[in-house]
Amino acid sequence: MHPIVRTVFQRLALSFVTLFIVSIVIFSAVTMLPGDFAKSILGQAATPDTVKAFQKEIGLDKPPVTRYIEWIQRVAVGNFGESFASRVGYRRAVADIIGPRLKNTLFLAVLTALIAVPLALLLGVLAALYRNSWFDRTVNALTLTTISFPEFFVAYMLMLFFAVNWHILPSLSNVTPEMELGERLYRCALPSLTLTLVIVAHMMRMTRAAIINLMASPFIEMARLKGIPPMKVITKHALPNAWAPIVNVIAFNLAYLIVGVVIVEKVFVYPGVGQLMVDGVTSRDIPVVQACALIFAATYILLNLIADIISITTNPRILHPR
Amino acid sequence: MTTEAPPLARNAVSPRKTRLGSALNEFGKAPVTAWFGIIVILAYLFVAVFAPWIAPFRESDTSGPPYAPWGGDYLLGTDQLGRDMLTRLIYGARNTIGIALVTTLLSFTVGGVLGILTAVRGGWIDQLASRFVDVLMAIPSLIFALMLLSVFGSTILNIIIIIAILDATRVFRLARAVAMNVAVMDYVEAARLRGEGLAWIMRREILPNVMPPLVAEFGLRFCFVFLTISALSFLGVGIQPPTADWGSMVRENSTLITYGNITPLLPAGAIALLTVGVNFVVDWFLHKTSGLRDEH
Repeated sequence: MHPIVRTVFQRLALSFVTLFIVSIVIFSAVTMLPGDFAKSILGQAATPDTVKAFQKEIGLDKPPVTRYIEWIQRVAVGNFGESFASRVGYRRAVADIIGPRLKNTLFLAVLTALIAVPLALLLGVLAALYRNSWFDRTVNALTLTTISFPEFFVAYMLMLFFAVNWHILPSLSNVTPEMELGERLYRCALPSLTLTLVIVAHMMRMTRAAIINLMASPFIEMARLKGIPPMKVITKHALPNAWAPIVNVIAFNLAYLIVGVVIVEKVFVYPGVGQLMVDGVTSRDIPVVQACALIFAATYILLNLIADIISITTNPRILHPR
Repeated sequence: MTTEAPPLARNAVSPRKTRLGSALNEFGKAPVTAWFGIIVILAYLFVAVFAPWIAPFRESDTSGPPYAPWGGDYLLGTDQLGRDMLTRLIYGARNTIGIALVTTLLSFTVGGVLGILTAVRGGWIDQLASRFVDVLMAIPSLIFALMLLSVFGSTILNIIIIIAILDATRVFRLARAVAMNVAVMDYVEAARLRGEGLAWIMRREILPNVMPPLVAEFGLRFCFVFLTISALSFLGVGIQPPTADWGSMVRENSTLITYGNITPLLPAGAIALLTVGVNFVVDWFLHKTSGLRDEH
C-alpha cells in the first residue's frame, strides 16, 4: 500500500499547487482592470473623490502581494468580499449572494449526474458489446448529432415540445428555498433533461471507446479462448480493469457539466451560480465573477483529483507507467 | 510514421498519380455523411461571402414592424426591433463563421508553433510552456473566458484574442505530442546535423508529418470555438449588437418560443447544422488518414 499512499499524497499536493496558481490568476483579474474601470462602474457619480474612494475600497492603493494575501485569507474562511453593487447603507456580501444559489446549482448537478451516469454507462457498455450492430450505429449517429448541437438549441427544442406544445413540464425553473422536493424536481425536470442529453452523448461515446479498447487487449482474448462464458469475461476480467477509464470518463463529464450548467441556467432562468456569474460579467461585478470562477475551478480540480485517486487505487499499474 | 507527404501538404506529387487526381478519387468514394457535410460547409461559405447580394435588406435595417409573422415582405418575420430575420441570418453566417474562423486560425498559429517549437527544442522552454498550459487548462475555458471578458469588456477583438489563447492550449498539447514522435526521427536528426536552422526543421521536416492530425483537429477546434462564441453571445457577453450574430439572435428572440413560434430556433439550428456538417467531414477525414497509416 505504501507507494499508493505516497502517490495519492503527491496528487493531493499537486492539486493544491494548481489551485494556488489558479487563485493567483483569478485574483490578478482585478489588477488587470483597465485604468478607467472605476469611472465606468460609478458612471454618473464618478467624481475624482468617489473614484479614489472606490479604488481604496477594492484595495488598489496597496501593493498586489499584500492584497493577494489579504484576499486569500478572507476567501479561506468563505468571505469573498462585497459585490460592486453595494452602496453605503446597502451592503451585499458576495458569500450571501452565492450561498443559496450554490445549493441550487449543486442540486441540479447532482440530479443530472444521478440520471446521466448510470444511463450513459449502460448505453456505452451495450454499444461496445454489440459493436457495429444496428443499436450501436443508431446510438452512435444520435450521440454525434447531439454533441454537435449547442446546449441552448437542445434546451429550446425541449422547451418547445415539453412546455409549449405538450404542456407537460414548466418552461421556467424558478425554484425557491421553501419549495417541497417533489415540486422542486418537477421544476428542475427540463434543465436536468437538457444537461442529461448533452452529457450522456459525451459519456456514452467515451465509455464505448474505453470498453472497446479494453476488449481488444490480449488477456481478454485469452479468457475468451479459454472458453469462459461471455458474461463472466466481462464481470471477472474486463470490469476490474475498466474502472479506471470509466471513472476518468465520469469525472471528465461531470467537469463538463460545470460549463453546461451556465448556459442551461440562463435558458430556464434557474437561480444558480452560473446565471449569477453571467450577470456578474454583464455588469462587470468583479468580486462576484472572481468568487464564481474560483468555485467552478475548485470543483473542476477536485473532480479531477478524485478521478485520479480512484484510478490509482483501482489500478495500481498506473504507478508504473510504460 | 513515414516521410511520405500527406494529401494536404504542399509540393506533394507522388510518382504514380497526381495529387489532384487522387484527391478527386477520394471525394468520389466519400460516404453520404461526408458529402452532406461538404455540401453544408460550401453552402454556408457561399452565403457568408455573398451576404450583401443575397440578403433582401441591410444588416441593421429597422424599418419593419417588430415581431412580424412569417411571410409577406419578411420571409421569416422580424425580430424585436423590426429587423428582417432572413437578412440577419444571412449576415450572421458572415459574422459568426468569420469570427470563429479567425479565432481558430489564430489559436492554431499560436498553439501549433509553440507546440512544435517545444517538441523540437525541449528543455526548460518545454517545461515552462507545458506547466503554463496545465494551469490554463485547470480552469474550464468557458468560465475563464467569462472572467477575462468581465475584466477586459466584450469587444470582438477581445473575444477573438481570449478564446484563441484559451483554445491554443488544446492545440499546443496535440501539436507537441504529435511533433514529439516526429522530432526523434532520423531524418530530423540528419537535418539538424547538416546544419539546418530551427525554423527550417519546424517547417520542412516536422510540419508536413504532423499535418493530418492537425487538420482534423482544426475541424474539431473550429466547432468548439464556434460553439463557445455562440454560447458567449447567447449569454449576452459575446458579440454585441447591432452586429448580426446567431448566438445573440437566439437570446434576443427567445421569448417567442413560449408562444410556440420557432423563429429563435432558426439561428440555433443554423449553428447546429454547421457543426454537424463539420463533424461529419472530420469523422471521414480521420477515418481516411488513420486508414492511410494502417497500410504501412
